[in-house]
Amino acid sequence: MTLIRIIEYLRARSQTLAKLGIVLLVCLVVLDALPFVVDKSEAHTQAERLPGFWAAYGLVGCLLLTGFAKLLGKAGLQRKEESHND
Amino acid sequence: MIELWIHPSVLLFVGALVLPLLPVSVRRVALLGVPALVLALVLLQPVGNFGQIQFLDWGLEFGRVDALSRVFAIIMALMCLLGSLYALKVNDVGQHIAAWVYVGGSLGVIFAGDLLVLFLFWELMALSSVFLIWARRSPESLAAGFRYLLVHTAGGLALLAGIVAHGMSQNGDFSFNAFAAAEANWAVWLILIGILLNAAVPPLHAWLPDAYPAATFSGSVFLSAFTTKTAVYALCRGFAGFEILLVLGVVMALYGVIYAFLANDPRRLLSYHIVSQVGFMVAGVGIGTAMAVNGAIAHAFAHILYKGLLFMGTGAVLYQTGRSKFTELGGLYQKMPWTMLMTLIGALSISAVPLFSGFVSKSMTIAAGYEAHHYWAAYLLMLASIGTFVSIGLKLIYQIWFGERRADASTWEKAKDPGWNMMAAMGITAFLCFLIGVYPHLLYQLLPHAVDYQPFTSYHLSETILLLSFAALGFYLLRRQMAPKASNCLDLDWPYRKGGGLVSWMVQKPLQSLDQRYSRLHESAGIRPLMESAGASARFDNRRIDGAVDGLARLIRNLGTGMRVLQRGSLQQNLTLAFASLAVLLFLFYLFT
Repeated sequence: MTLIRIIEYLRARSQTLAKLGIVLLVCLVVLDALPFVVDKSEAHTQAERLPGFWAAYGLVGCLLLTGFAKLLGKAGLQRKEESHND
Repeated sequence: MIELWIHPSVLLFVGALVLPLLPVSVRRVALLGVPALVLALVLLQPVGNFGQIQFLDWGLEFGRVDALSRVFAIIMALMCLLGSLYALKVNDVGQHIAAWVYVGGSLGVIFAGDLLVLFLFWELMALSSVFLIWARRSPESLAAGFRYLLVHTAGGLALLAGIVAHGMSQNGDFSFNAFAAAEANWAVWLILIGILLNAAVPPLHAWLPDAYPAATFSGSVFLSAFTTKTAVYALCRGFAGFEILLVLGVVMALYGVIYAFLANDPRRLLSYHIVSQVGFMVAGVGIGTAMAVNGAIAHAFAHILYKGLLFMGTGAVLYQTGRSKFTELGGLYQKMPWTMLMTLIGALSISAVPLFSGFVSKSMTIAAGYEAHHYWAAYLLMLASIGTFVSIGLKLIYQIWFGERRADASTWEKAKDPGWNMMAAMGITAFLCFLIGVYPHLLYQLLPHAVDYQPFTSYHLSETILLLSFAALGFYLLRRQMAPKASNCLDLDWPYRKGGGLVSWMVQKPLQSLDQRYSRLHESAGIRPLMESAGASARFDNRRIDGAVDGLARLIRNLGTGMRVLQRGSLQQNLTLAFASLAVLLFLFYLFT
């Protein structure tokens, strides 16, 4: 099936894709910093005008949320499956 | 001229009554025909007030059709059609009946012009939807259904108490219009609590992630759409500008996201994301500006489609494999590639990726937050968006279709893309998610307030792409930390889960022991004195009462015997005796007067 072949083709090249991804991330931050590409007059607050603000927000936000959820899980929120209906 | 107005719910109720009488082949035609007819009826309805009747002292209104009720009715009717197509081959007719009555209840609430009619249909929704949970026929779903009913009964009571008190304070006027936040009395707050429970606002939310994953694979598709979004409609209608809703909305957006990270059941993860996404809508209602309320409605519309699609995709996995845990799935792209593609479109839509529906709806609420200078709320909603993308756009797709293959041989053997009707339902829903994403005017033109919002600006595109792509980088770095665990999460359903256990323990231990002690006490201190007193009573009855009665009877008998002597049977003698007696009486009367 074509869809499976496409997925397997991409999976076989995951290292290349990861490298391409990093190049893409860098390009996105650079493009965001160029005033003639992205019109920052629409920014709602001063902080958003900093280059790469939303990139940092996305990365830090993901790490924080994941870390916080794991912390709560370990603090007792996450229980063994069978204990739920005891 | 008499205008004929047919309530769309009537079609569904009649359809639900007739459905079990139809042969299977005709039933399948009806399963598509009736919802299609309902959708056509909703689309063709003119704006106005219909179905007004006088009942006792109350003027009831069943058909308030305006821009707000129309947009919600359209998406509900559309979802009914898509859900019925998805469930077309389900042979359990009870599920179809429950689903249609449930949708009919939702449409009834949406078109209700007053609070009494709203309450009638509100309760109908709870009573019918529980059968979509019970229909799975497992001990877990039975228990979850009872908990669902229990919580909704409590919410319904709050709502009813509020409605009655509000109506009394308004001299019997039960009409349902916007409440003023500054003048809200306790009756209005009670109504709000009843509605917030159905919107799954913490701490009144735990019924949702408890019940929805316990429902049947197709039942969850319906459940994901109607209860919470009907509540969002009621909030838009009555509570725009209540600032507490902004705080609650932001809290629930983050609450749902955090819990979704810890979920091991994909459908529980999606349930927590209903809480989170409805948070965006509740926050929009709380902001209360025209743009924010438009955003809440647009997001409800888009959400019903993409969430329905996500439940269809994960429901298809459950239907085909019998499994609904990340720890029992993985690597399924080889077996269910098209289901993966459809679910991925739902995931991209909920993640607000450009060109998909969430991008044009979610951002409207956040932009309204910035415009109204609620910066903290807008930033926290952006944070919740990151969590949505990471847990659905990445984790859910990765753990079911990629990642380590954790399914056993029999599960792997059974896994394949589902039948044509389920694929068609997913395909059409996915197409609609994409269509709204690239052509938002289709959705914006339905909104009640004029739309002055352009989602495709360079800044908004760059902001979203940067946010999501760097969140993806974070996921890549932490992917090992996000490996699924065979676990459940402690949530606020714990008190009443434990409450149920406590009642059971109370009955089995202290109450039973108390009962035994009471029985012994009753035996020694109760039964014996009772027997003694009964004996004394019997003796008194025999000797005294019976004696007195017998004595009286003897007296009357003797008197009768005496009288009989006087009764000779001769009319002449009798008359003589009677006149003599009369003469004696008259003489005595004369003597004493």
